[in-house]
Amino acid sequence: MYEQFKTRAVAVGAEVHRFASRRDAVEFIVTLLEKEGLTDLPGSYAVWADQSLLDKAEQLQLRTVDGISFQVNRALAARSRFGISRMEWAVADTGSLVQDQSAPEQRLASSLPDIHLAVVPTSNIVANKVELFRKINPSTSRYIAFITGPSRTADIERVLTIGVHGPQRLIIVFVDELEGGN
Amino acid sequence: MRKEFKASIDRAVNDANLTGALGKFSEAYKVNRTKAYEGIDFEELRSRIAEIKSSAACDLDGVARAFQKKAESLGAKVFRSRDPQEVKEYILKLAQENGVRTVVKSKSMATEEIHLNAHLLENGISVAETDLGEWIIQLAGQTPSHMVMPAIHMTKEEVAELFSKEVDERLSSDIPRLVKVARNELRPKFLAADMGITGANIAVAETGSIVLVTNEGNARLVSTLPRIHVAVVGVEKLVKEFASVPTILEALPRSATAQLLTSYVSIISGPTQNDDGSQKELHIILMDNQRTEMARDAKFKQALQCIRCGSCLNVCPIFRLVGGHVFGAVYTGGIGTILTAWFDELKKSEEIQGLCIQCGNCKEVCPGKLDIPEMIMEIRRRLVAEKGQPLAQKAIFSVVNNRRLFHGMLRAASIAGKAFASGKFIRHLPFFLSDLTEGRSLPAIAAKPFRDLFKEIGQPKGKEKIAFYAGCLIDFAYPEMGEALVKVLNKAGIEIVFPDEQTCCGAPALYSGAYEVAAENAVQNILALLDEEVDLVVSACPTCTVALAHDFTKTLETAGKDEWLEKARKLAEKTVDFSTLVKRLVDEGRLSFKEGAQLGSVTYHDSCHLKRTLRVSEQPRELLQKAGYRVAEMFECDMCCGMGGSYSMKLPEISAPILKNKLKNIKETGAPVVAMDCPGCVMQIRGGMDQDGAPVEVRHSVELLVEQLED
Repeated sequence: MYEQFKTRAVAVGAEVHRFASRRDAVEFIVTLLEKEGLTDLPGSYAVWADQSLLDKAEQLQLRTVDGISFQVNRALAARSRFGISRMEWAVADTGSLVQDQSAPEQRLASSLPDIHLAVVPTSNIVANKVELFRKINPSTSRYIAFITGPSRTADIERVLTIGVHGPQRLIIVFVDELEGGN
Repeated sequence: MRKEFKASIDRAVNDANLTGALGKFSEAYKVNRTKAYEGIDFEELRSRIAEIKSSAACDLDGVARAFQKKAESLGAKVFRSRDPQEVKEYILKLAQENGVRTVVKSKSMATEEIHLNAHLLENGISVAETDLGEWIIQLAGQTPSHMVMPAIHMTKEEVAELFSKEVDERLSSDIPRLVKVARNELRPKFLAADMGITGANIAVAETGSIVLVTNEGNARLVSTLPRIHVAVVGVEKLVKEFASVPTILEALPRSATAQLLTSYVSIISGPTQNDDGSQKELHIILMDNQRTEMARDAKFKQALQCIRCGSCLNVCPIFRLVGGHVFGAVYTGGIGTILTAWFDELKKSEEIQGLCIQCGNCKEVCPGKLDIPEMIMEIRRRLVAEKGQPLAQKAIFSVVNNRRLFHGMLRAASIAGKAFASGKFIRHLPFFLSDLTEGRSLPAIAAKPFRDLFKEIGQPKGKEKIAFYAGCLIDFAYPEMGEALVKVLNKAGIEIVFPDEQTCCGAPALYSGAYEVAAENAVQNILALLDEEVDLVVSACPTCTVALAHDFTKTLETAGKDEWLEKARKLAEKTVDFSTLVKRLVDEGRLSFKEGAQLGSVTYHDSCHLKRTLRVSEQPRELLQKAGYRVAEMFECDMCCGMGGSYSMKLPEISAPILKNKLKNIKETGAPVVAMDCPGCVMQIRGGMDQDGAPVEVRHSVELLVEQLED
């Protein structure tokens, strides 16, 4: 199902990576942030809204990196180039990610920055919407968000253009080692 | 039709930007949509959607109450109103009481429907549309021309011009750059707004949820950043169960934009916290505005099954030419005509209903299973019932209802038309009739109608008798098609009878909403055709076949002539179209063609009624192949040719460019012959080819098949 997901997600403009270990995923993300222009200047911060990927030591270490913030608020997210958040489910047949985003920080981190990095447990890939809808529950999740590729529009002359109001890039990081919360 | 309406059509069809952009989009859409639905049983899916939506529409009030109860238990405030004015006042009051100065909106047709923006602006509240297309038309001071793609009528140059004014900087027409400008301009508005207004694509009673389906990501910001979120929801968006959501999500993006899923889907069930820790205010407005009335009307209840995907616009041969603004209201295209008739008033649809050519394309693709052509016919009927027929039309139909007079006049026309005819065509008509021969020659009326010729045909006695229903075109313009049909069926040992009392099938009256006239025609034909002791009635005109096999019962029922229904059904059972009958005879081994003929390529044009009402498309192709032709398919083989019966007379300015496109697609196959099963299409396409000058023969299938019968 991972391969199907990847095909579908890439087809709609997402970038898909997979790592066996948590550690490798963290290293990939940190390297990417640095390569793609993380600084402590407004416009190039990173807001990190996912708590599942990092252990205590890593968090403490990353807190010292300039530009990374584990606190997520409107002002910081609006000035961030990167938003890192966990997405709980991946739907293979449409290449979509799904998460309970009732907490507003989850939405800020995944909608205001230019680049959204989504951390997903590989074991949480489901085949299709029907299967997904058995997992989600609107009576306990007030804001269920589906994200499929980066923000797009075709409102001018039907020409597909990426990155209108949401992120211009969606980078999906699957981690085998992460536990899927069922 | 009023002059202004005709003028708006003229402007639209002569706007090369508009027709170019729409035409390209509409052609690509069909291909992409098909791809998006690969592996999905569309018929099964849309049956489920129709069931889900219709069961909610049956109990709108109950479902709305259940939604209200559930959503309020989650902390949302729900306001239900029948009256658009009340909705506007509610939102204004809410804004005023909460010190709202600025509002950001994501796309909502419901708010367009009630002109909410104007109301808020008049009261000093600033409103920014944030959907790119909506923002463009807001800046241009226009209404949306398409419910999914509101600014599809504008070019990038026009957008650059608008944006340049807005940001006070000379911008080029580079699209990614323009999109970036929109992002940068609107971002501060999102961050500063006090209130966010969205629509909803689905509202779920069971869970009190609203579902937002978008691509740009603006609805996520609108529903997250401002402290107050107002969702304006037409009650037709209600469904009972949460389990219905994935079903609708399966179809909506595929049908709307040929996507498997849009970039974003948000399911909001009750208010969440704001990012400053305060509780968000969530107001959900369930707006009725005539929808309950619609649900109570047996003919229009199905309109509430609409999921607002806009696919009916995307496949419409008229919409792709004229765009949305000709429709003059918020909702455009076929569905727009129906919604305008209800949300505004019936009278408002008087002109735009005439734009529908009844090709049936929209019905084929509708994920809510709406029969839009039929509802438009019902609008026509009600308009005629309310206002009577236009005088000229009434005069014509009173003639059509009198067979002797009608046929007498057609005979006279054969003589009068000689002055304008050259060979088999009338190429130019004088004065006000000249539009009719613009881009298309009309056939000259035959010197001898089929009904006279038939008496001179020496038929071999057959074991089996079948009645032939000729229809006006074969009878009076193309009698040779009738002769060919007799020859083909004689070859299979069938003797043809021609009941003399048969008359016009009533389609012209029916498609003009004159049901009484059509019912008269139906009765005359039923009497004539059931008078013969035959098992089958064959017709070589799909529109006539549809009249006999489908429309007579419906028309008689609507006109309250129930005493004729049984006979109408009997006739319907006996009726068969030419290709289906001949294919059957060939399969039974009763008819065969010359062995081994190599006749080169032919391209086949599917006539609307044959393909989409009678569902016949393979039979004529197989017959042509058996006769020795190679079928070279044209692009959009089943797109309407623009004839539409009297449509080409009423709206020649639309019919002509549709025809031109058809001619282009035919010519591009390189086939020297184009075949079709409808004499109306022959009239249109042969006339077009005559003026075009291309060396392509335009033939009815019967004419091609008769040439290849075994000696």
